Amino acid sequence: METNKPDKVNPVEPDKVAEGEQEGPSRRELLVRGGKVVAGIGVASLLGNLGNWALSYAADKEPIKIGILHSLSGTMAISEVSLRDTVMMAVEEINAKGGVMGRMIKPVVVDPASNWDLFAEKAKQLLLQDKVAVTFGCWTSVSRKSVLPVFEKNNGLLFYPVQYEGEECSRNVFYTGAAPNQQAVPAVDYLMSKEGGGFTKFYLLGTDYVYPRTTNKILRAMLLAKKVPADSIMEEYTPFHHQDYQTICGKLKKFAAGGGAAVISTINGDSNVPFYKEFANQGLRAEDAPIMAFSVAEDELRGMDTSALVGHLAAWNYYQSVDTPQNKQFVANFKAYCKKNNLPDGEKRVTDDPIEAAYFGVYIWKQAVEKAASTEVDKVRKAVYGSKFLAPGGEIMMDAANHHTYRPVLIGEILADGQFKVVSRSKGLVKPEPWSEYTNPDKGCDWVGHQGTYQK
Amino acid sequence: MSTSFVCLVEKRFTIMMILLGRTAATLSLIGLFLFSVQSWAIAAEAVEPVATPPVVSSIEQALSQVTSEDESVRDAAIRTLVEQGDSNLLPRLEAIRANADRSARQAIKPLMDSLKNRANLTSPSTDIRRSAATDLGSAGRVWAIPWLEAAAANEPNKWVRYTMEESAALLRLASDDPLVRTVAAAKLGELCSQNGVTALKKLVAVGEGAEATEPEKVVAKAAGEAIQRIENWGFWSNVIETCFRGISLSSVLLIMSLGLAIVFGLMGVINMAHGELMMVGAYATFVTQQCFVAWFPSDVFDWYFIAALPIAFLAAAGSGLLLEATVIRFLYGRPLETMLATWGVSLILMQAARVYFGDLTAVIAPGPLRGGAQVMIGVYLPYNRIFIIGLSIVCVLAIYYTLFGSNLGIRVRAVTQNRNMSACLGIPTRKVDSYTFAFGSGLAGIAGWALTMVGNVDPGLGQNYIVDAFMVVVTGGVGKLAGTIVASLGIGGLNKLIEPSFGAVYGKVFILVLVILFLQWRPSGLFAMKGRSAE
Repeated sequence: METNKPDKVNPVEPDKVAEGEQEGPSRRELLVRGGKVVAGIGVASLLGNLGNWALSYAADKEPIKIGILHSLSGTMAISEVSLRDTVMMAVEEINAKGGVMGRMIKPVVVDPASNWDLFAEKAKQLLLQDKVAVTFGCWTSVSRKSVLPVFEKNNGLLFYPVQYEGEECSRNVFYTGAAPNQQAVPAVDYLMSKEGGGFTKFYLLGTDYVYPRTTNKILRAMLLAKKVPADSIMEEYTPFHHQDYQTICGKLKKFAAGGGAAVISTINGDSNVPFYKEFANQGLRAEDAPIMAFSVAEDELRGMDTSALVGHLAAWNYYQSVDTPQNKQFVANFKAYCKKNNLPDGEKRVTDDPIEAAYFGVYIWKQAVEKAASTEVDKVRKAVYGSKFLAPGGEIMMDAANHHTYRPVLIGEILADGQFKVVSRSKGLVKPEPWSEYTNPDKGCDWVGHQGTYQK
Repeated sequence: MSTSFVCLVEKRFTIMMILLGRTAATLSLIGLFLFSVQSWAIAAEAVEPVATPPVVSSIEQALSQVTSEDESVRDAAIRTLVEQGDSNLLPRLEAIRANADRSARQAIKPLMDSLKNRANLTSPSTDIRRSAATDLGSAGRVWAIPWLEAAAANEPNKWVRYTMEESAALLRLASDDPLVRTVAAAKLGELCSQNGVTALKKLVAVGEGAEATEPEKVVAKAAGEAIQRIENWGFWSNVIETCFRGISLSSVLLIMSLGLAIVFGLMGVINMAHGELMMVGAYATFVTQQCFVAWFPSDVFDWYFIAALPIAFLAAAGSGLLLEATVIRFLYGRPLETMLATWGVSLILMQAARVYFGDLTAVIAPGPLRGGAQVMIGVYLPYNRIFIIGLSIVCVLAIYYTLFGSNLGIRVRAVTQNRNMSACLGIPTRKVDSYTFAFGSGLAGIAGWALTMVGNVDPGLGQNYIVDAFMVVVTGGVGKLAGTIVASLGIGGLNKLIEPSFGAVYGKVFILVLVILFLQWRPSGLFAMKGRSAE
């Protein structure tokens, strides 16, 4: 405010105010100032809300991010690249039909390069940086165990599609592959049965890491419980990338002399080829001692000289040769997808159990999101329990509490073209038991009635 | 002498046993028939109205009755088919089996197997005859005994005859007559048959039981002696096989290490890409195979392996030349930098192979190199390993000839011993370096070519072998070829000696610990270069 300069004639002291007037701003001024402030706040909030409404309107149509955590290079690439391709194909199918809840799925693909520590790092990146709603990943038990703390700490969700050794019950993982009672135990049951050949001696051979060691622990307990004498069970381990199986095949020959012996092989990775080759070259036949493998599927057989493998067995929950209409469609779609995207081997690609598990894992998640009407992990988790889906190999069901999947058990014999002929099939779906009745009869896994692993 | 006497006794007892068997079978059938008549009267459900007597006379009748619910009728039908039928019946039996119920299926299967194996006993292929004899032995059907003996009498091949006699003796062991069993046990002992040990041990256990009769004790004694004989021979055959395995592993190590020994030993270049050069040789073999599959008729397929040898050598040698010219040439005399640079190159090569070939490349072993040869009872030597042993010997001789008998060799040795003086004398040192490196890489390629028969071909192939190769070269002493040979023999042999008792994992650990301790004691390796070497 401009004050009038006092002239020289009537000097007025500028600071003196006349008595009776108010000190400071007048009521009018206050009211006007207050009114301006309130108006300002009102406008700001209106604008802010509009902005929010605009953002949330866009967010409803914003794509949902999902993570794909499979090795695309390194030793496990041979197996895991197909899983990435499968998940991408499922995502493409879902997006073509309108996405999930009207939103498109945007896959975030990372490559942990068969390096187990890098798996944990990439998982952290997916959860914290990319903020994915769900992750589809891992193959080896080592990689899964290394990402487990990351998912549990950050309440993420992982769909794990590979058969494994059990003894795990995590709130943040859905296991769509087989637990030991859905693969290893029925396989040995089959071998011991008359239909399977009535074998009485078992040679447990595996690569030296957690999955074979734990599986063999369960199988040994099972065999001893079924009154197989301890000297009819032999256990042996070889390091990763082991190439020289001469001594082991010599031991096998001696063990199998007289008949009645079967080999249970949990050999993983590239050691399978030298093992089968040496087995055949030493004059052993599939009739003398059949090898029942848990880690050899159609995808691995693509890269092997199958003449040494014909007649040997494998145990899985799905084969490409399973005769259902949806499987024929699935196999055709997968081959077409690989051809269209110029993936290596194009039309000659094959489907196998982990591929089917990865595929229906995506659909189970989609169904759960739609049922829960949200991508929040806790809501989706509840919606997954008990859900069913018509997978390529037949209908599967998610267990109501233990995060595993009901699946059928199929024993297959290897054919010369790298496919399997189903020789035995379980009656219906087998309930998954992550804690085996033979090694941990007193433990159970339940996230609905208990807090995960509990003492029965 | 004793064989012919045993044969004679065997023949007589064969006839006796067959007669006994037939009488027993007829008696049991009559008994079963009587029993089943009673059970028919009791059972409410209608059984198939088979009122004819159990023993049937024609094959057609037998075929129609083989699915009967009455076990005696079924068994009689099976017996008839076994005696009178042959492998022509197999398709019809398969059709019958497909529509039959579970118990009938399980009864028909052994019949089908027996008929098939009997036909195969006279097959032209040795492997099929042998397979058939083994299967008849393990199936446990005594009707096969006369077939096996008839076939054995006419069998030209020593080992097929052995298998037939072994199977016949195994089947005899289940006979009712203790004398027959004693003779069979002795025969198994004479044949030193490992397959018989389980059954013989059972006989011994029966004989040692509290209620054993005199004849059973006699049988048990014969069985015990047979087991003793078998296990003695088993021990020696195991020794021979372990020696072979040790030599075979040594030859694999040697082939892998020869190239590295030349490059490291003669030139002082630490080539971490050596494994990848082996991989180049292996992939060259794969590519040759694919070319043969695509362009040549399938009956010359096996020749791809021979054709792949020069291709693998040249491909790897070419890669080595390229590597030398672009990377190593600038790093002579600087071992640490060479190591780092070649490590980087190895990663590049590995990923390039992965991107270009993918992880799934199958190399099919050529026909002649599949399977193995049985040289003694219990000693079975695979052909591919014999081949690799031969190859390693040839390679060593070739290297010795090249180094000590050719012009290139003398130049290489001169350059290695004193580079400056050799240059003064007019030797083109740069060219000699390139040729030596190429030669060493070519040897790596040959190793890759040979190893496609033993392992598989994938981008990680080099990584599997590089550590062992360096171990052999360093233990043997850098600079001396003889050292590499002795070190590979030592490491391979020791590994195979330890492995049966400790397993593969600890065997490897043991070897590594031994190598470390050895190098502590003798850092320059087994055969160290003596005197001052002019660097």
